[in-house]
Amino acid sequence: MKQSGTTSLRAVGLVAMAVCFPVLGTSRLLAQALHVPYETFTLPNGLQVIVHEDRSVPIVAVNTWYHVGSGDEHTGRTGFAHLFEHIMFMGSQHVPTGRFDQLLEGAGADNNGSTTEDRTNYYETGPSNAAELMLYLDSDRMGFLIPEITAEKVDLQRGVVQNERRQRVDNQPYGLAEENILSRLYPAGHPYSWPVIGSMADLQAASIEDVRNFFRTNYAPNNATIVISGAISPAEARRLAEKWFGEVPRNPTPVQRNSPAPFTLAHDVFATLEDRVQLPRVFNAWHTVRSFSDDDAALNVLADILAAGRSSRLYKRLVYDLQIATQVTSYHDALKMDGSLRLFATARPGHDLNELQHEIDAQIRLLADSGPTAREIQRVQNQTESQFLGQMETVLGKADQLNQYQYFVGTPDYFEQDLNRYRRITPADVQRVARQYLASAHRVVLSVVPQGQTNLAVTEGVTP
Amino acid sequence: MKAVRAIAAMTGLLATLPAGQLAAQVDRTNPPPLGPAPTLRVPTPVTTRLANGLELVVVPMHEVPVVNVTVIVRAGSVRDPRDGPGLATFTANMLDEGAGRRTALEIADEAAFLGAQLNTGASYEWATVSLHVPKRQIGPALDLLADVVVHPTFPDSEVIRQRDLRRTGILQLRDQPTAQAPIAFNAIVYGANHPYGWPTGGTEASTTALDRAKVQAFYDTYYRPNNTRVIVVGDVSLAEARQLLESRLGSWQRGTVPVLAALEAPAPASRTFYLVDKPAAAQSVIRIGQVGVPRNTPDFYALRVMNTILGGSFTSRLNQNLRETHGYTYGANSAFAMRRLAGPFTAAASVVTAKTDSSLIEFLRELRRIRDEPVPAEELEKAKAYITLGMPSDFETTQGTAGQFLDLLTNDLPLSLYSTYLARVTAVTAADVQRVARRYLDPDHFALVVVGDRSQIETGIRALNEGPISLRDLWGQEIH
Repeated sequence: MKQSGTTSLRAVGLVAMAVCFPVLGTSRLLAQALHVPYETFTLPNGLQVIVHEDRSVPIVAVNTWYHVGSGDEHTGRTGFAHLFEHIMFMGSQHVPTGRFDQLLEGAGADNNGSTTEDRTNYYETGPSNAAELMLYLDSDRMGFLIPEITAEKVDLQRGVVQNERRQRVDNQPYGLAEENILSRLYPAGHPYSWPVIGSMADLQAASIEDVRNFFRTNYAPNNATIVISGAISPAEARRLAEKWFGEVPRNPTPVQRNSPAPFTLAHDVFATLEDRVQLPRVFNAWHTVRSFSDDDAALNVLADILAAGRSSRLYKRLVYDLQIATQVTSYHDALKMDGSLRLFATARPGHDLNELQHEIDAQIRLLADSGPTAREIQRVQNQTESQFLGQMETVLGKADQLNQYQYFVGTPDYFEQDLNRYRRITPADVQRVARQYLASAHRVVLSVVPQGQTNLAVTEGVTP
Repeated sequence: MKAVRAIAAMTGLLATLPAGQLAAQVDRTNPPPLGPAPTLRVPTPVTTRLANGLELVVVPMHEVPVVNVTVIVRAGSVRDPRDGPGLATFTANMLDEGAGRRTALEIADEAAFLGAQLNTGASYEWATVSLHVPKRQIGPALDLLADVVVHPTFPDSEVIRQRDLRRTGILQLRDQPTAQAPIAFNAIVYGANHPYGWPTGGTEASTTALDRAKVQAFYDTYYRPNNTRVIVVGDVSLAEARQLLESRLGSWQRGTVPVLAALEAPAPASRTFYLVDKPAAAQSVIRIGQVGVPRNTPDFYALRVMNTILGGSFTSRLNQNLRETHGYTYGANSAFAMRRLAGPFTAAASVVTAKTDSSLIEFLRELRRIRDEPVPAEELEKAKAYITLGMPSDFETTQGTAGQFLDLLTNDLPLSLYSTYLARVTAVTAADVQRVARRYLDPDHFALVVVGDRSQIETGIRALNEGPISLRDLWGQEIH
């Protein structure tokens, strides 16, 4: 991101939703189907525009997704999509360096961007009278950026991004775990085998010509979708989009996206990393499925039941009952080309990671053998439904979600269908995915231990 | 591409355009003018009081079927015993570790099952219990909230469990320079005699000494309806909210709450660098500042504008200088923590270790410049517009709206304040900005706290010749 937040911000942390289980005597949280009405049109240059009108507060959000992320990078140039995101704020042909932010702040608007493995987004929010300014600025950097890309700008933002990496990774306890997991979970050269932030060496190696080529290839109207959301009519949004984006040329050469073959681990991978930390932490990672594919929702529910929050099974077992861990967390991270289920736990002083791993494996086996309870399923469904409602509170939240659905499932208003994916989940579904993707699959087990204390790491073969 | 080139040639620009440059077909010379700004519509709060003294504020918002409830109790860290910092935050954290007939895990499970977020915590002045829940579950969710606020059981086993977890968290502070820095900074600026200087999360010793009796006594003393305010924002009416809360909190017993002794912040030392060693750190975490102002200062609006210019926005001077001009950091900022009493002013950044001294130079340059030079008109107008025109966004969500009114409720300010807010910001002049910068920023008495790799940064800081260096531990205490 340009300012704050997380670099690999997931478009929206979809977790799970809710339905009615009449046997429990409860009703779902939402009385009506969840819909976000929209209009959409595509300009002759291929730019798709989606408009959602909501006048409850006099503000608008403009949310642009470019369909490029770190998953489109190549070995030796990792971190490039995110570095480029920073260049996009550094001025364009008609907007001198610094003016982008000055103009928006002077209009009472905020802006930022974020990069993931699969896409890069840029957004502005502010009073409704700033809508045209937002579209002017976004169109200028889409259509008129190249002559303004200079070595000085690239060098400066390279320094900022390297500091972003220091702040988020190098100066964070356990911060190096993620890239050590990815490089073991994926084969060399796989576009998910490196982190979004990239490596210091690759960031240093990026040349100005790399930056220009990246723009030419990826930053074209026919590789982007814009959502305009809030206190603006579809007619006005269309007029402004045509006015400012109409002249931006399409990229005549369609983008060739990476599409690596499905990959699975042939055996368990154990690794240990010494770090400047007080307590050892064990990370588990399994391959799963692509986002919005068949088992995606069931895996989200599984991760929640296993170790998300204080009502999860592993929290109760590790932190509460046995008191051998200070925390445990799991989540399912489904991306466009692959997914993974992650789980990590930190030992209390006096306990080693074999103790934790033994209990983690026992709880996974229990779920694979016996499945979750109906109440556990409904709890996760209710939490998910509540998260959907929360997202309805902001025009930016709705805009980003409309963009996400458009990109991943090809239709913007997929809210109710998405909820229904979770409403259909049964205990048998969760049991099956626990067995298929966790209990009977290979994984990466990474132990991060204090310097000189590798004896605290998980021992290969200690668990089945 | 062809059509665009043709137009460029027609206008005679082609020869002067660098390769790859396009001529625009629409006039992009100037940004489109902004139309009239939309009217700020601040939701109207309505207030009432229950018979037991509890103050209730309701702000109806019906766009989304959710309700946000925030209970605030004057039970923050300023009530900590002098020899026992951390008791207020620990007591607040213990509220949901057993309440009514439910155990800690049953409370967590019930909240999750209702699709509710239930959180407890404490800041310097207030303890807070907050609930965010879909409208359809407001009844059972409020049952849970009422148990947590009025009937916490503080079981011995949970006190011990949470105490041990907290001790582990204190151990892990050593891993986290951005968590260490404010602890050291507060201790240095406020000293040992002012609670704003004490570690709100406790020390190893004060945490070890926690027990059920201390928690229960603190709760019994301060958690009283006549010491409490509740704000409800969302899909409810005043009558509905009043009935929902009266039936659950109406029987909560009043109590006599001790009055806080008057407190004065210590006189500041002359400008000094305080170095907390973090060997092999990739960055230095910098916190620069001093005692600031209370929230009820008449200079609030001028300070808000001044700080927006200095370090309160992306285009602020600190961020532009340290990030966008020099690339020393991912972000630099500044803020006044305004509370009942004067909280600290802090300028902050995490900077690459090799540029620690250079970063300190730029920080001091900006902190002096805003005092020494009047702010240019364009920069002033941008800051004022950013604040005033951005206000509709602050009231977009139930949580955002609650936050806006909580700023008033926690500082005993009138709830009508937003009706004059825009006019007061708009009235701020360049002279006001310079006046408050001179009055509230005192570079001769700054504490400059740096958590970083001493072996790499000490020589450079000494060479700045801007003040002595004092070595401190992570609690801000002098190392001899």
